[in-house]
Amino acid sequence: MQTSQERQRHKWLSRFHIDGPLFLALLVLALLSLVTVYSASGQDLAMTERQVVRIGLAFVAMLVVAQVPLSLVERWSLPIFAVGIVLLLGVLLFGESSKGAQRWLNLGAATIQPSEIMKLAVPMAVAWFIAQQGLPPTKTRLAGAFLLLLIPTLMIAKQPDLGTSLLIASAGIFVLFLAGMSWRLITLFGVAIGAFIPVLWFFLMHGYQRQRVLTFLDPERDPLGSGYQIIQSKIAIGSGGIEGKGWLQGTQSQLEFLPERHTDFIFSVFSEEFGLIGVIGLFLLYGFIIFRGMILAMRAQKVYHKLLAGSLTLTFFVYVLVNIGMVSGLLPVVGVPLPLVSYGGTSMVTLMTGFGLLMAIATHKRLVMHD
Amino acid sequence: MKHKRITIRDNYAEAALFARRVFVSLLVVVVTFGVLLLNMYHLQVVEHQQFQTRSNDNRIKVVPLAPNRGIIYDRDGRILAENRPVLSLEITPEQVEDLDATLARLQQLLEFDASVIEDFHETRRRERRFNQVILLDRLTEQQAARVAVRQHDFPGVSIEARLVRHYPYGEAITHALGYVAKINRTDLNKLTEQGLAANYAATRVIGKLGVERFYEEQLHGSIGYQQVEVDIRGRNIRTLSVQPPVPGQDLHLELDAELQQFAYDLLGQDRGSIILMDPRDGAILAMVSKPSYDPNWFAQGISYAQYQSLLNSTHSPLLNRSTQGGYPPASTIKAHLAITALEQDIITPNSRIWDPGWFMIEGVDHRYRDWLAWGHGWVNVTDAIVESCDTFYYDIALKMGINVIHDDMVRYGFGERTGIDIAEESAAVMPSPGWKRARFNQPWYAGETVSIGIGQSFWTTTPMQLAVATSVLANRGERPVPRLLESIAEGPVRIPAVVEQREPVVLKHANNWEVAHQALTKVITSPKGTARRAFQGASYTSAGKTGTAQVRSIGQDEEYNAEEIAEKYRDNAMYVGYAPAENPEVVVVIAVENAGGGSSIAAPMARQLLDAYFADPAPTGGLESVLAILEEPADAN
Repeated sequence: MQTSQERQRHKWLSRFHIDGPLFLALLVLALLSLVTVYSASGQDLAMTERQVVRIGLAFVAMLVVAQVPLSLVERWSLPIFAVGIVLLLGVLLFGESSKGAQRWLNLGAATIQPSEIMKLAVPMAVAWFIAQQGLPPTKTRLAGAFLLLLIPTLMIAKQPDLGTSLLIASAGIFVLFLAGMSWRLITLFGVAIGAFIPVLWFFLMHGYQRQRVLTFLDPERDPLGSGYQIIQSKIAIGSGGIEGKGWLQGTQSQLEFLPERHTDFIFSVFSEEFGLIGVIGLFLLYGFIIFRGMILAMRAQKVYHKLLAGSLTLTFFVYVLVNIGMVSGLLPVVGVPLPLVSYGGTSMVTLMTGFGLLMAIATHKRLVMHD
Repeated sequence: MKHKRITIRDNYAEAALFARRVFVSLLVVVVTFGVLLLNMYHLQVVEHQQFQTRSNDNRIKVVPLAPNRGIIYDRDGRILAENRPVLSLEITPEQVEDLDATLARLQQLLEFDASVIEDFHETRRRERRFNQVILLDRLTEQQAARVAVRQHDFPGVSIEARLVRHYPYGEAITHALGYVAKINRTDLNKLTEQGLAANYAATRVIGKLGVERFYEEQLHGSIGYQQVEVDIRGRNIRTLSVQPPVPGQDLHLELDAELQQFAYDLLGQDRGSIILMDPRDGAILAMVSKPSYDPNWFAQGISYAQYQSLLNSTHSPLLNRSTQGGYPPASTIKAHLAITALEQDIITPNSRIWDPGWFMIEGVDHRYRDWLAWGHGWVNVTDAIVESCDTFYYDIALKMGINVIHDDMVRYGFGERTGIDIAEESAAVMPSPGWKRARFNQPWYAGETVSIGIGQSFWTTTPMQLAVATSVLANRGERPVPRLLESIAEGPVRIPAVVEQREPVVLKHANNWEVAHQALTKVITSPKGTARRAFQGASYTSAGKTGTAQVRSIGQDEEYNAEEIAEKYRDNAMYVGYAPAENPEVVVVIAVENAGGGSSIAAPMARQLLDAYFADPAPTGGLESVLAILEEPADAN
């Protein structure tokens, strides 16, 4: 039984389209991010302040998006996707290079990264497309959905940004999986991917991407070159032990042996300073967010809402998996930040916009009131 | 209605389908997190130790700390070798905004050559950006002051003090003291062989010569270590632990720096060697070799040009004449040979020969001339030593034969190293038929034995060997091992050097020592003594023997005329002696190259040196004795 005070609070939260537990978990994660960025940046207050601003902006973005009527979102799914495709085309034609890849598009007033838009636009468009029919989708609809997710995936892979293109593809695939794509097709799909790997390796991957994979398979073969990052990362994690070296005491990060320590490799800093205990805590936090997201997806009533919420949550999980797998040596090094913890603005805003959508879905007026 | 029902059923089925898929998804999520966690457990618990070690290897660098080299003192505590802070101007490129502009301003301020900047860039390329690079070493105080005053104008530029070995007496003690210089590849290989390379990890210089080389082990000390935490660029973050180096031990030498300096100055422009030694224990009070050079050149880093000039000098300044110079002993060994002849019963103290001014081997038409052209007349063994009669020695040498002479002279240490505590020593040559056969593949000739009688022919000795052989006479048999070291300081305790003696010379008739001794005393006191004038009016008694060594054989009918022959063919002046005569406590050996007679050149030097030793404030002989000598016949032995 809820007390009147609780009911009051509940009412207040749902009025602003906020899911309390999710919001709280994200807030804790944001605080962890600040604490870790401060340490990883070598106690750089200016950098930490910038991160505060970004987190603030990301939360604002989440709250704003949470207020948007879902019918509007649903209706705009395809147009947003179309705009994204146009922008991606722009990137391929007029994009700005950074670190050997064209990812940015200068629109005069602002520089944007269209692949970030696609992280949301693809699940939205695919979910919208599937939701036009009942579940499970027919084979024709599945084929159409595949086409929908394949186009941006290939365009982003061409930039080249393999990591993001795979994440975007998986966001679309999660929609299809949750929509009830048959296990037979899933198996077939798996086999097809298996067959695709040699094609990927020999024809689609760039030299540096192949290098990443080779290094991932055996980091020690090039300890000073491309294997350096992963070796130093494993040293940082392993030397942290159970209890960790303590906040600001991680020698691997403070003495800068660890590269990319405040961005992609921030998890190594966290593990070094907070040890296995901290890692378990972080896993529980991520696990909680993912479980909460899936519960919210189940509670949603419209197919579009269910699919979008589920896909966004699972994509978030994939981010966590890829980043942690990568820095701990289980997966090849692809440039994927640790969601909501790594220093950096773009991905954080995208993710929080996604959580905004999730909250909108969670607090959407239900067709049938159960309680 | 129907349509509606289907929709409701679909909604239900859809929800169920979706829930199943969510369930599968969450299962995958849980399993995946399990795998990630298992991996984390593996890294942070199972392999923790290994990664801990590798993490420490990353951050902890062991920096070796060089020990301070031991100080070397003379017998009165004067510093002979010390470590002086030298100021150098150093630049940390990382901290300088505009390196070229800074260098230009420094050049204007301190006025140095453009080559300095070139050298700087050369060194800088080999160093890391945050390391200090030396621009100028050995800053003058004025230069240091100019920079110090404008320090704020020169960020990244600093004045640093390093310890550099310094020899305050400069070239006066070089050959005895030696010097340190940069460790080169050969040194490093040797250290590695001896297993000492680790102990020298931080050391920049090593003893290359003399005492500095011989006592390297004691002087060097033991390396220390500092554990520092470094960042990825190798920059020191903080010091974790320090194991301080153990400084080298201080050495106290027997040398008397004032006597040494006096002896060095005494030789003036001449080349040669002077040794003052205590015959009782081999303690060396002075050991001069001239020409010399400034050991500080080596300690501070000698330039190629400087080194070449030393190497190519016709007068071989690098040679330690006291222990490596092979001088014909000339008449300085006459007392020794006399003892041998007495012991062999070839002569008695009273037997006499007639000296017509020359000697001939029976059946050979060659005259061996005495230095006194008209001869000494009737001479016994004492006269032969006092007047340095050559003919007498031609005679007894031939009668003794080379083998007897060789075997007996070896007992005095001729032909072998004295065992002095420096590495630069030659055995010189005490010739024998066997030696000549081996060396030249030629038989020994009787005429050579005749020349051996006056310390010529193949016979060479180092001044140090003469000091030892003269000590044997002074000691009546005991043969000391020359020694520079007095003691080694171990904390407050001074551990005295080991005093060594070689096998003493034992005579069948101990009285023969006295025959030799009295003759050597008469060299000083007798009206006919060759060192009489030099030692006139001395406040102490002494004994000695002059020697004039031919460095070129003079033709049969040629007169030796110092004025007319090239300097390098002029005679070497020699003197050996000891004082006080009754109770000898100091032996003096003088060898002056191409200077003339032992009597006129070497003996007066010995006088001045002994005067100084016996602490006559200003050697009394001074000008008077020099004037007296100028009147002497030039070629008195």
